[in-house]
Amino acid sequence: MIVHRKKLNWIEKLYLPAILGGLAITWKHFKKSLLGKGVITMQYPEEKWDAHLPAWYRGAPTLVKDEHGRERCVSCQLCEFICPPRAITIEPMEIPEGDPWRKVEKAPQKFDIDMARCIYCGLCEEVCPEQAIYLRKDYSITGLNRTEMIHHKEKLYEMGGVMHGLVFKWNEKK
Amino acid sequence: MQLTLFWIFSSLMILFGLGVITLRSPVSCAMCLVSSFISLAALFITLDAFFIAVIQILVAAGAVMVLFLFIIMLLNLQAEECRRLRFPVILGGIATILCFLILLSQVLASNPQFLEPIPALQSTLSDVKMIGMTLFHSFNLPFQIIGLLLLVATVGVVLLSRRTLK
Amino acid sequence: MDASNFISQFFSPAAWTLLKSLGHLLMTPSGFFIWTTLLKSIILLAVILGLVSYTVYAERRVSALIQDRLGPNRVGWQGLLQPIADALKLLLKENFTPKSANYFYFRLASKLAMVPPVLVLGVLPFGSSLFGVPMTIASINVGALYVLAISSISVYGIVLAGWSSNSKYPFLGGIRSSSQMISYELSLALSLIPVFMIVGSLNLDEIVHYQVSHGWMIAPCWPQGMNFHTLLHPLVLWKSFSAGCSLSQFLLWIPLCISFLIFFISMFAETNRLPFDLPEAEQELIGGYHTEYSSMGFALFFLGEYTAMIAGASVITTLFLGGWSLPLIPDGSAGWWWGLINIAVFFTKIILLLFIFIWVRWTIPRFRFDQLMKLGWYFFFELAVANIFLAALLLAYVKK
Ligand code: SF4
Ligand code: SF4
Repeated sequence: MIVHRKKLNWIEKLYLPAILGGLAITWKHFKKSLLGKGVITMQYPEEKWDAHLPAWYRGAPTLVKDEHGRERCVSCQLCEFICPPRAITIEPMEIPEGDPWRKVEKAPQKFDIDMARCIYCGLCEEVCPEQAIYLRKDYSITGLNRTEMIHHKEKLYEMGGVMHGLVFKWNEKK
Repeated sequence: MQLTLFWIFSSLMILFGLGVITLRSPVSCAMCLVSSFISLAALFITLDAFFIAVIQILVAAGAVMVLFLFIIMLLNLQAEECRRLRFPVILGGIATILCFLILLSQVLASNPQFLEPIPALQSTLSDVKMIGMTLFHSFNLPFQIIGLLLLVATVGVVLLSRRTLK
Repeated sequence: MDASNFISQFFSPAAWTLLKSLGHLLMTPSGFFIWTTLLKSIILLAVILGLVSYTVYAERRVSALIQDRLGPNRVGWQGLLQPIADALKLLLKENFTPKSANYFYFRLASKLAMVPPVLVLGVLPFGSSLFGVPMTIASINVGALYVLAISSISVYGIVLAGWSSNSKYPFLGGIRSSSQMISYELSLALSLIPVFMIVGSLNLDEIVHYQVSHGWMIAPCWPQGMNFHTLLHPLVLWKSFSAGCSLSQFLLWIPLCISFLIFFISMFAETNRLPFDLPEAEQELIGGYHTEYSSMGFALFFLGEYTAMIAGASVITTLFLGGWSLPLIPDGSAGWWWGLINIAVFFTKIILLLFIFIWVRWTIPRFRFDQLMKLGWYFFFELAVANIFLAALLLAYVKK
């Protein structure tokens, strides 16, 4: 398609009417904002957009327990392998004799996610066979140094809480 | 007061002038020349010749030297290499300076009037008006001729710098 | 017991005589001149530097409001302490010099960028007079030319910064800036010539006084001898109106208007403001000539740019908008409060002009470089030269 350029007449060639028109538009915006109308800025710490977050929002990864209070994670370390920036470090342990969930065999002894490295990609959530790791809606993760930015197991469970439903395969096993 | 200012600015001017010929990097030379122009303007100001001082800065420092710097930057001139001075060259230099000094002393000695300080011009007009009067009353024809010459030169330069001559 | 006796009892007699002789020294004509000039310079510099930092703040707030945002509003009430926070931040940053840069010129350039715009302020009449002291630091008879000369050497900071950084974006910025400034200086200077011809002086003080009696340069007509008393007598007021509005006044107004337009637009190019901010076009040149600067080096460029903007606004005010004068308001000889009001009027005009500068910046997109050069050389230059002839012809007709 050929776009033909409009020939400008001499008034348009002076550009002054167009410039004044532009100035009028910006003046309108200036006046409106000065009166406090139509300003779209969100005053962040006081106003947050938590309520507007979509259901699929990918915030910080967390670990969850099921309705029996059992850690869902079985330390398969798939998430540790898939994590692109290698933010996850897992040390597995055997579930001791006498524990009602002994049949699960493994649980994480240590589960660290380095939030200074995490890129919120959600691959850990996607890969987990036990649906034990979820990306929640927390986005404001701060710390004063690098070690503070590492989320340990306790913190991850505290943020994750309890997740109902979905996986019942361990109940069916004896 | 005026004398101290004269000594300060004239020594600055000579210092920067020496910089122009001794420094190797072309940008430094250009900047030294600009500084010496500005000191010269300051000297004019101590003589109450504001107009000439300002024109000095406006034309020499503000327009001509900016173009010089521009061209030095564009051509990316590097610092000059040190040449080894040979004996005849030094001799020639010294001879030239001596000739100049002898000539100067002869000229100064020829007429005692040169050694006397010239009294300041007493005028009710401001110096801009005075220059205008002199140029357009006493020297109108030469002034117009110079203007025409400059115009011809400008047109010539524009023609020469065109890429293709039709 | 009068005041001097009262004060003297706090000093030993020797110290008191010393103080008294010092006081006498300060009241001799030359002593008086020296300390009033010093005081004026220091106060003006302080005010202008404060104005500079708040212009930066205004720029950010106004741009935000134009774009339906809020802008910095956190530090202090409505963000009014933001400039101080910015300055502190810049002071605490590392002042980095690239390894391949020419250290001496790299450091010198940022200082050279700040000095010329401050020098311009030295000749501007920022008020009429206060207690009989004229409110101009130096009233020289070539004031307007001095302003042009100083603005012509302000290009050195930018050129040297571009060259000494030894990297391509600053270099391109420096080249662009020098060619742009040289081109627009021409139309800047030529556009002023009609003003000089009509006033018949290069002294900025005299130009302002001409405007006080004949009306502002951009006003087509001006009532003569108007004051508060004539306002009450409609007949006298009408007479002063009809005396001020004449055909000759109107004829001279035409070249002055053209001058004003050229000068105003060229000022944008000379101060690297947005429709012509090619030396630092962020999208093409990162930051232009100050790409390699950090910390105070950058701050000096930034402040220098805004000081140049303020200097430009005050030159426009002085030459075309009547300087410190306002209709009905007498000058400082009528009382010191009027002197203060005159100073306030001057700064109000500057602030309004600064607002227009900012407003234009956030409205008009950037020119292309060849468009800029064409505008300068093919349009403004020719127009300014033609304008001089027009003014000369009209002046010859009017003076008859
Ligand atoms: S969180 Fe899921 S993927 Fe990661 S180790 Fe535990 S069970 Fe495996
Ligand atoms: S969200 Fe991505 S980066 Fe973060 S821990 Fe999970 S896999 Fe790693």
